[in-house]
Amino acid sequence: MQKTYKKYFPVFALPTLIAFAIAFLVPFLMGIYLSFCKFTTVTNAKWVGIANYTRAFSNRDFPSALWFTVKFTVVSVILINILAFLLALLLTRKVKGTNVFRTIFFMPNLIGGIVLGYIWQLIINSVLLATVGADITSRAGYGFWGLVVLMCWQMIGYMMIIYIAGIQNVAPELIEAAQIDGATGWQVLTKVTIPMVMPSVTICLFLTISNSFKLFDQNLSLTAGLPGKQTQMMALDIFNTFYGRNGWEGVGQAKAVIFFVIVGIITFTQLWLTRRKEVEG
Amino acid sequence: MKRLKKWTAVTMLIAVLACTLTACSKEKKPENGQQDTNQNDTAQNNSNTDNNQAANGKGRVYYLNFKPEVADVWEKIAAEYTKETGVPVKVVTAASGEYEKTLKSEMAKKEAPTLFHINGPVGYQTWKDYTMDLKDTNLYSWLNTPDLAISEDGGVFGVPFVVEGYGIIYNDDIMQKYFALTDKAVDITSVDQINNFATLKAVAEDMTAKKDQLGIKGVFASTSFSAGNDWRWQTHLMNLPMYYEFKESGNKNPDTIAFTYNENFKNIFDLYLNNSLTAPEALGSKSVDDSMGEFARGEAAMVQNGNWGWSEVQKAEGNTVKEENIKFLPIYIGVNGEEKQSICIGTENFLSVNSQASADDQKASIAFMEWVFSSDKGKEFVSKDLGFITPFTTFEDAEKPVDPLAREVDRYMKNTDLYTVTWDFTAFPSQEFKNMLGADLLSYAQGNLKWEELVKNTSQNWADEKEMSAQ
Repeated sequence: MQKTYKKYFPVFALPTLIAFAIAFLVPFLMGIYLSFCKFTTVTNAKWVGIANYTRAFSNRDFPSALWFTVKFTVVSVILINILAFLLALLLTRKVKGTNVFRTIFFMPNLIGGIVLGYIWQLIINSVLLATVGADITSRAGYGFWGLVVLMCWQMIGYMMIIYIAGIQNVAPELIEAAQIDGATGWQVLTKVTIPMVMPSVTICLFLTISNSFKLFDQNLSLTAGLPGKQTQMMALDIFNTFYGRNGWEGVGQAKAVIFFVIVGIITFTQLWLTRRKEVEG
Repeated sequence: MKRLKKWTAVTMLIAVLACTLTACSKEKKPENGQQDTNQNDTAQNNSNTDNNQAANGKGRVYYLNFKPEVADVWEKIAAEYTKETGVPVKVVTAASGEYEKTLKSEMAKKEAPTLFHINGPVGYQTWKDYTMDLKDTNLYSWLNTPDLAISEDGGVFGVPFVVEGYGIIYNDDIMQKYFALTDKAVDITSVDQINNFATLKAVAEDMTAKKDQLGIKGVFASTSFSAGNDWRWQTHLMNLPMYYEFKESGNKNPDTIAFTYNENFKNIFDLYLNNSLTAPEALGSKSVDDSMGEFARGEAAMVQNGNWGWSEVQKAEGNTVKEENIKFLPIYIGVNGEEKQSICIGTENFLSVNSQASADDQKASIAFMEWVFSSDKGKEFVSKDLGFITPFTTFEDAEKPVDPLAREVDRYMKNTDLYTVTWDFTAFPSQEFKNMLGADLLSYAQGNLKWEELVKNTSQNWADEKEMSAQ
């Protein structure tokens, strides 16, 4: 039986493999190769060694974008996960209309990042103009918190759904047993529920960290890096490097490779750390 | 049956392997230092497939168009040409502001564009591996000022095909209303008498004081600064101080700048900001469309833009500006002798032919453009539908475009008393330089950056960017 399955492997898996190779593997390998080249079009490249990598750090754009991204990621990951978890707790109780609320909270996630960015730009600008008489481009702080608010609004609903699924999977017997043993509500939460939803925490942290790091659309449409380049995140910096200067395409590519390595290291460390905390039900 | 499936599977596997292998070999070739032969190979391949496709050796034309606003006109022209000659013409239009990006990805394809645009000497540096020498073409010989073309070492690599002008567009209806006021603070009686910065400033400031009487919300439309909408300042307005600096030094492509005329830049920029209908704090979210809309609705009397702005004004909702009332005024910045200054006329659209395309395709592409700019049918398309003012001698006066701003450009071009401000911004070191200047100008407008800082940053950025682009 097993053997017959194996025989059919190419038939079923090939379409996906082809798509994966064309849309991911080939561009990815080409991208790494191109980061060592000087080129205008991707099919006509000249090998220049590590020059692109040294030039990536020749001005402070890249480090400052990295620092801004790290700050943003820390703040938004904490906020999103705490708020999403609280909402999930709230909406797993027997309250009337939970399904309606779940749907409403999930909806922002269905709107594209560019559109969201422009909508929030309008909202934030009119609030700021009415209160302090400036718009989001006038101070880096406004842009930072604007991005955090936008990201929270978009991601909380999604994470909430994942947490709800996790919380609903916690066996009621466990909670009942804890309550019979005299555990308080807080103890049930920290000693039973949270350890049991660790798989959800793992996936939520992974999604929020990687999405915050890779944030591009929202950054482009909300602030576009203004004022100056102070609210420019890494993905936007890579984009601007690639298209902003003649002959800097390779440098943008080199930055992208560095970016990939950083995101990879951080997310894998996180996965490894939180996986260890998962317990069997 | 079983056997058949097996064979399908094997074939597919081979197909995948073949795909990956070709990708690898393509990547490796340049490593072995065989880049040139590689290029020749691809060119050869191209011509082979073309011959198979066209089967008549006529070649094919693939034009990557720069102007989205005339995309459908080019399609029409292409269809007409194909009908007449049988040569297939493909037109692709890049989205606004996306030309370089589109060109970069299209050029990487096997069926690359045969006709494309470079935006000046800086664009030529990027694309010089792809531009063919056009010295011996009719297109070049038809230029009324051959100096406009992009040439290096005796070769001509970019031919301008459209001339554009920009300045301060004003609504003559509002201006006449102002000059009819009895309590106006200036002695002059018509816009024609505004011929230097001091007069412009006096008029603008007096108009601001009397804006309720004039029924306007501000003299100048919003100084738009939202992302991608700051080119009117960081490119077009910046052109004026640079023009005068280059004129003084005689060097049109310097490695460093002194920014001697920064005070003049500040003059005009402050004038725009202080007499605008939008408070400087709110400029960060205004777009060019917003500004043109304000002007079209008669909320502002003046807006800095070029002759391409007419279609936008015409199409704007609630447009109150009549065709005969829309005119150009030169941008005065307070330089000695500017009474003789005209509007800024030039081009950043240079036509180039892909040097890596096959000879047939190159010939077909040149023939196509020559047809567009010299045949009766082509010329009609150019002047009526495209609305281009061309720099070619093949066009008679009667064949020039009819829109009011294009006619204004033509009027200024003919006025030999005035000196034209050329488009020297094509020598600006990089897009990055312009973006940084735009960001600084916005910070200055918002009161978060001192002018001296801006001047310092700009000179520094110029030098840095020149050096970085030269690497």
